Amino acid sequence: MFKRLVLNIFTFCTLLFLAVQVNAVIETYEFSAAEYKLRYQTMVHELRCPKCQNQNLSGSNSPIAKDLRRELHRMIEEGQGDDEIIAFMVKRYGNFVLYRPPVDKYTLWLWGSPIILLMLALLFVFFLRRSQPDVDALTPLTVDEKNTLDRLLRKYSK
Amino acid sequence: MARLKLFIPLIIFALLGAVFYSMLSRDYNPQDLPSALIGQALPEFSLPALEGDKKLSKKDLIGEPMLLNVWATWCISCRVEHPYLNTLKQQGIKIVGLDYKDDREKALQWLEKLGNPYTFTIYDETGKLGLDLGVYGAPETYIIDAKGMIRDKHVGVINETVWQEKLQPLFQQLQSEMN
Repeated sequence: MFKRLVLNIFTFCTLLFLAVQVNAVIETYEFSAAEYKLRYQTMVHELRCPKCQNQNLSGSNSPIAKDLRRELHRMIEEGQGDDEIIAFMVKRYGNFVLYRPPVDKYTLWLWGSPIILLMLALLFVFFLRRSQPDVDALTPLTVDEKNTLDRLLRKYSK
Repeated sequence: MARLKLFIPLIIFALLGAVFYSMLSRDYNPQDLPSALIGQALPEFSLPALEGDKKLSKKDLIGEPMLLNVWATWCISCRVEHPYLNTLKQQGIKIVGLDYKDDREKALQWLEKLGNPYTFTIYDETGKLGLDLGVYGAPETYIIDAKGMIRDKHVGVINETVWQEKLQPLFQQLQSEMN
């Protein structure tokens, strides 16, 4: 029963991960190097559209996202580094544009909460185990009980 | 202990309810994006004026406190806002327009028909200055001090309430700073 539940949760989570990033945009850009294209595609997924609540540049068709994609393409083709491009975006739109914001006093909870949740989960498991009776301390089966158990197991395991 | 456990869902519900209620009653707009440019100088630019063929640059925005209003004819909220900008102009507030990614002909017609609250309007056809200012949707209004620093930004329509509660106190402060 428990195992089945865990398995179900696991399957559900896996499906959730498969479900993201099904969006794409219409326009295509030409790149002079394959590495540029790769960088463009990575950044377009990690930069957030300022106008939208929760879409990256790749997923949004708003004019501002279009402009930012054009700028991103221009800067990559000019040979600017990722750090420069991110600084350019942050200077104009703040850390809002980053789906991977730096750790500061505003994002401390964001970055810290997985650790806190993990701690809570560990504590929960710890207390759950403690409140369950110790298996070794149970009275062992008598010979009679053991024989009956063996017989039943043989009977039903076929 | 087992009894207490029964109340856990109720407690969670109460906590969530309190959180949601506090967000509802607060004046909270998830679209609001704190501008990264507040406290910074205006970016440099060189763009044509909407009317006439004068070239405008950052120098034209320095000297006295003003509002820099980002608008466009495709922006419906800008039309809502426009009459109040006319009112502000009558009160002697200096407003400079930034016509953002727009069609020049349509923009000129718009000003002719609805009145022109702007001392002058910068014509930003490609949205270049808009990008440097961190504009993400019109209307947006920047409060610029006499030295050309961005002191605050309002995203959305300016109406009497917004002006009186949010923008006017700062604007008056900037005017008194100058004297």
